[in-house]
Amino acid sequence: MSLLSVRNVTKKFGGITANQDVSFSLGAGEIVGLIGPNGAGKTTMFNCIAGYFPPTSGEIYLDDEKISGLTPEQCAHAGIARTFQVARTFTSMSAQENVMVGAFLKNKHVATARQVANDLLEFVNLGKFKDKPAGSMTISEQRRLAVARALAVSPKLLLMDEVMAGLNPTEVKETVEVVLKIRQRGISCLIVEHVLEGIMPIANAIVVLDYGKKIADGTPQAISNNPQVIAAYLGEE
Amino acid sequence: MSNNAVISQPVEPPQSLPRKTANIGYVLMLASLVIALFVPQFVESPSHQNIAILILMAAQMGVAWNIVGGYAGQVSLGQAAFYGIGAYTSTLLFAMFGLNPWLAMVAGGVVAALISIVIGWSCFRMKGHYFAMATIAVAEIIQIIFTNWEYAGGAVGLTIPMDRQGWDVFVFASKVPYYYIALGLLVLTLLANLLIERSYFGYYFRAIKDEPDAARSLGVNLRKYKLIAFAVSSFFTALGGSFYAQKELYIDPASVLGTGLSIKMALVSILGGIGTLFGPVLGAGILTLIDEGTRALFGGTGRGTDLIIYAALIILVAVYYPNGVIGGFKSWMARRQAVQSQVARGEHQ
Repeated sequence: MSLLSVRNVTKKFGGITANQDVSFSLGAGEIVGLIGPNGAGKTTMFNCIAGYFPPTSGEIYLDDEKISGLTPEQCAHAGIARTFQVARTFTSMSAQENVMVGAFLKNKHVATARQVANDLLEFVNLGKFKDKPAGSMTISEQRRLAVARALAVSPKLLLMDEVMAGLNPTEVKETVEVVLKIRQRGISCLIVEHVLEGIMPIANAIVVLDYGKKIADGTPQAISNNPQVIAAYLGEE
Repeated sequence: MSNNAVISQPVEPPQSLPRKTANIGYVLMLASLVIALFVPQFVESPSHQNIAILILMAAQMGVAWNIVGGYAGQVSLGQAAFYGIGAYTSTLLFAMFGLNPWLAMVAGGVVAALISIVIGWSCFRMKGHYFAMATIAVAEIIQIIFTNWEYAGGAVGLTIPMDRQGWDVFVFASKVPYYYIALGLLVLTLLANLLIERSYFGYYFRAIKDEPDAARSLGVNLRKYKLIAFAVSSFFTALGGSFYAQKELYIDPASVLGTGLSIKMALVSILGGIGTLFGPVLGAGILTLIDEGTRALFGGTGRGTDLIIYAALIILVAVYYPNGVIGGFKSWMARRQAVQSQVARGEHQ
């Protein structure tokens, strides 16, 4: 049974079709990569799943409950957490307080939220930075902070929008380890990614978008040998 | 702004730098409260006592404004509307219907909070500057309504009879009881702020201010929490308005609903330190003293001098201390401590 099921989703902005009739599903405990060239509609798909855009047509289900059309805050309650392309850190707060904001979704007690935040900061290897002003952290640290903050809402599904973009190889490796640990916790991940060497080895499945349409999905190996995908990325012969 | 964070984490193990700043904060807070309690014993001239009351009133307004404008980052420039609604509600209930003025004051706060929810419902569709402009417009409309509303005294205003005095009618000949009531109101408003800052509301408000989209992804309903901030702020602003009415025994639209009053509430916070607990108190002290100082120095001929100084101060704060006087002080402390710890490390090596 699939955790997330995207069914025939189309999203139009005026005359522009960002997503056209996209369907895919994601099983519990899976890591799925959503890849595609620039402008393929990956982030739009993300925003549809997380409630930031209502799909023009089609439906999205999480655990057989319809979530398309819900607001972002309702999606968070339903069990979807997300990170953003730019980290969107709460810059007036410490790292710990950033994560606490997420933890308040399940528990409004400050002391409990602080404990949850400390555990999650350890989980993403930011334990020693808990009192650091979040705005002064590096990009890589802020990305992982955003992951910790998203995990604090105890999601069933975590959407990560380009967590590895702009990171050096060591930082990519750290992030990959965090993603694998998240799966170990039983949380499914849908990852939009340009850094293919980061996502290919860890994903259970890859969904490829091009010009808003799904052109392929399957195991990473199948995808990397798929002529359509190669054409989309490298151009046709 | 890590110091903000520290104030809300009292149970954490001692963190050398921020912890010290927080402790200094608590000591200063207690010391100023004790001093404040004895001010009327040392300041005997009623006009000086009046200045002290004005400072407390400005501080209370600023602290109340700070809930929505500072913590939640929704800059309302129309809070005078709620000051006026508080003043008019309590005065009408007290002077016309003989309701106990203390109850009338609370009623004024509740009415203001309810009206703020109605106003906020539509105004919070707008963000940033547009929200600020919308609040100015709404406050202007409310002032015009009261100016033309005969039942509420119209442009002439309302008078509270002074035929009886005492705690039961909230009317006094001496300034001293007013001083203590104003102090009580300020402490009450500060306590409300402190409770907000320490609870999840404070975190949500700051999250909404920093990154509203990220806050939504964490399940924060923006409109709900903005409305809560707005309503709580308006409630306390209205208590200030009722107090003004009881102190002056006379209100008219210009004195309790004017745009200048809205600006002053914001200014007090911005000058002292926006989004900090005691920033508005400090800002209120500075602004009120400038106000009264220029009035005493230049009298009627110096009208507007205070505004010139305000303007200069705003420019100075915006350029040099964008976090207000308190923010400036905190970063100065942090720099000093950093230097000290460097020196200390140097000695160990």
